Amino acid sequence: MDTKPVQLDNIDVLQVLNEEGMVDTTKAPPLTHDQLRRLYVAMVLTRKFDSRMLAMQRQGEMGTFAPNLGQEATQIGQVFPLTADDWFAPSYRSFGAQIWRGWSMEQLLLLWAGYHEGFPPPEGVNDLPFSIVIGSHVLPAVGVAMGMAQKKQQHCVTVNFGDGAMSQGAVNEAFNFAAVYKAPCVFVCENNGWAISTPLQRQAATESLAVRGIGFGIPSIRVDGNDILAMVAATTTAAERARAGQGPSLIEAVTYRMSLHTTADDPTVYRQEEHVDPWHQRCPLLRFERYLNRESILTEDECRRIADECEQRVLEARAKFREMAKARPEEIFDFVYHTMPPELIEQKKDYLSRLARKGLNP
Amino acid sequence: MSLTTQRTMVEALNLALDEALSTDPDVCLMGQDIGCNGGVFRVTKGLQGKHGQDRVMDSPLAECGIVGTAVGMAIYGLKPVAEIQFSGFTMQAFDQIEQNMARYRNRTRHGQPLAMVMRTPYGGGIRAVEHHSESREAYWAHTPGLKVVIPSGPRNARALLAAAIQDPDPVIFYEPKAVYRAFREDVPDDPEVARLGRAQVVRNGSDITVISYGAMMRPVLEASDDLSSLHGIDVEIIDLLTIKPMDTETIIESVTKTGRCVVVHEGHKTCGIGAEIIARINEHAFGHLLAPVGRISGYDIPFPYFQCEQHFLPDPDTIIEKIQDLMTWQ
Ligand SMILES: Cc1ncc(C[n+]2csc(CCOP(=O)(O)OP(=O)(O)O)c2C)c(N)n1
Ligand SMILES: [Mg+2]
Repeated sequence: MDTKPVQLDNIDVLQVLNEEGMVDTTKAPPLTHDQLRRLYVAMVLTRKFDSRMLAMQRQGEMGTFAPNLGQEATQIGQVFPLTADDWFAPSYRSFGAQIWRGWSMEQLLLLWAGYHEGFPPPEGVNDLPFSIVIGSHVLPAVGVAMGMAQKKQQHCVTVNFGDGAMSQGAVNEAFNFAAVYKAPCVFVCENNGWAISTPLQRQAATESLAVRGIGFGIPSIRVDGNDILAMVAATTTAAERARAGQGPSLIEAVTYRMSLHTTADDPTVYRQEEHVDPWHQRCPLLRFERYLNRESILTEDECRRIADECEQRVLEARAKFREMAKARPEEIFDFVYHTMPPELIEQKKDYLSRLARKGLNP
Repeated sequence: MSLTTQRTMVEALNLALDEALSTDPDVCLMGQDIGCNGGVFRVTKGLQGKHGQDRVMDSPLAECGIVGTAVGMAIYGLKPVAEIQFSGFTMQAFDQIEQNMARYRNRTRHGQPLAMVMRTPYGGGIRAVEHHSESREAYWAHTPGLKVVIPSGPRNARALLAAAIQDPDPVIFYEPKAVYRAFREDVPDDPEVARLGRAQVVRNGSDITVISYGAMMRPVLEASDDLSSLHGIDVEIIDLLTIKPMDTETIIESVTKTGRCVVVHEGHKTCGIGAEIIARINEHAFGHLLAPVGRISGYDIPFPYFQCEQHFLPDPDTIIEKIQDLMTWQ
């Protein structure tokens, strides 16, 4: 036997819809026109919401948040196959997916404007709250999937995280647990090329991150993350495998963070515009639109109308948010324990008297 | 005459790191985004360009990895200064801090001591998202083998960081991020190295001792200005600077003199640093007390979402009220 260790650096990227909007029909998922339209609307809405939030942040109406410009296909593709009984565990850049899952935009605005009310998953939405701590939600997501397996439920969990998160020990533990327990889990690694200022080449010594999954015994695939049809194809297969008791899959969605890491970030310090330029051509919306127009699934006029309607929905959400945005400082003690212990009751009393001194009596 | 330059805390810390890299070839930095990005708070700005990628290392996104490999580098004789982007993420490194960083010297009977520093910004007040505002210095103070240092202004930040890097033991260096760019101060151009384990009496007074550190020094100073000008109360202020080992002597000397004391920190109340200070006063100065020692701290709840954070953090009014209470205590 050869004594040279085996090395696997890369695997091919699945693409169904190319940059010119041409579809490889041998790989295309079977979607109805109505489904295609819904996907398109969701992606447009994600982009409109993102750019409105950025404007609101710049005007001081929103806290720090992480834009997802250019990642709309990855966002929507990963949650498309999920039913209401399946679960989704988002990262902080996942609000497009969260809207699809049933989070209202006004709630997401509350969340990113620093109101606690924005955090809990809405009634009837089987999601985890998003995670700020990189990778810390992946083990809990696997735990939910293990619960499903134990209860013999044919559902699955999709959990998403970034390329940077792949470096966290906890994420690698999650892969192993899911593989060992055959947990019905779909791991979606949104490889957008950057972890703040750290490019993928400094994050990992392999070109592909999907190769990691293979090491854990997890069937893994690389997908063009700007191709909504490839995303839907890959996530649908993975979700079906999971529900059928065949265990986890890892999907590496290759996309690009076209905007800022967060609104507190200045990318001009660490990357040149030339890096970003080619990705304008690979825009997930542009190619999908070309395809839909050419196939007469949506006309250009209809696309414009959808854009206007989405903008309108975002503005309505902003109006609702503005009505809801009210700090409730008197509540900050109320959610820590099931029953507030005496020492906390004591502290709350002290705190309320401090509020009263500031004229903030509840 | 030695010259000084007005610097923010960020600039002063940068200066200390630059000096250490320039004078000691064993010093190296590691952390997320500390290279060309200069760290998310720009504390390491320009250092990779000046000292090279081998000595100012961008790391993968793994705090446990950063601290764990820094431990190994220190065993090998380097003096790593690890940056954790926010103290909230030191929890990811808890394993390596607790199991290795804190214990190697003792485990190897001085054979493999670790001269290393873990720097990290802590504390509230910058309207940040969850996990970006915590003050959990008590965790590290509780761990035998670690030193815990918290500067309060640009000048002492520079001198303390220089001392931490030169120290033969592992140091947790907590940087009050609310102070990072809050004000400038004269910082000597010539190297200045503090002594770890020494508190500083920053204001002499006779009526009551206030003990604090880090970002809370500013509301304490503000409160004491008002107390003396409006209420004629003469406050003595101690800036701890090193949380562990704690300068018990300076505390006891002051409290013995004033007979009254209040401790102020933004970390949680239960088992916080204040509890330890009060215990030491109880042990060494009980007979001199004219009133119970007061405690102003963060409450025992998770740091609130930022729309409510200003109500959580101790403020000058709270300090003033507490001190007035203690002055009239019978
Ligand atoms: C455990 C932890 N360490 C550091 C950070 C600070 N931080 C926030 S986002 C980020 C980069 C994450 O990159 P990636 O996982 O690729 O996700 P992306 O932001 O690109 O979506 C870092 C280092 C954090 N939130 N959590
Ligand atoms: Mg990334």
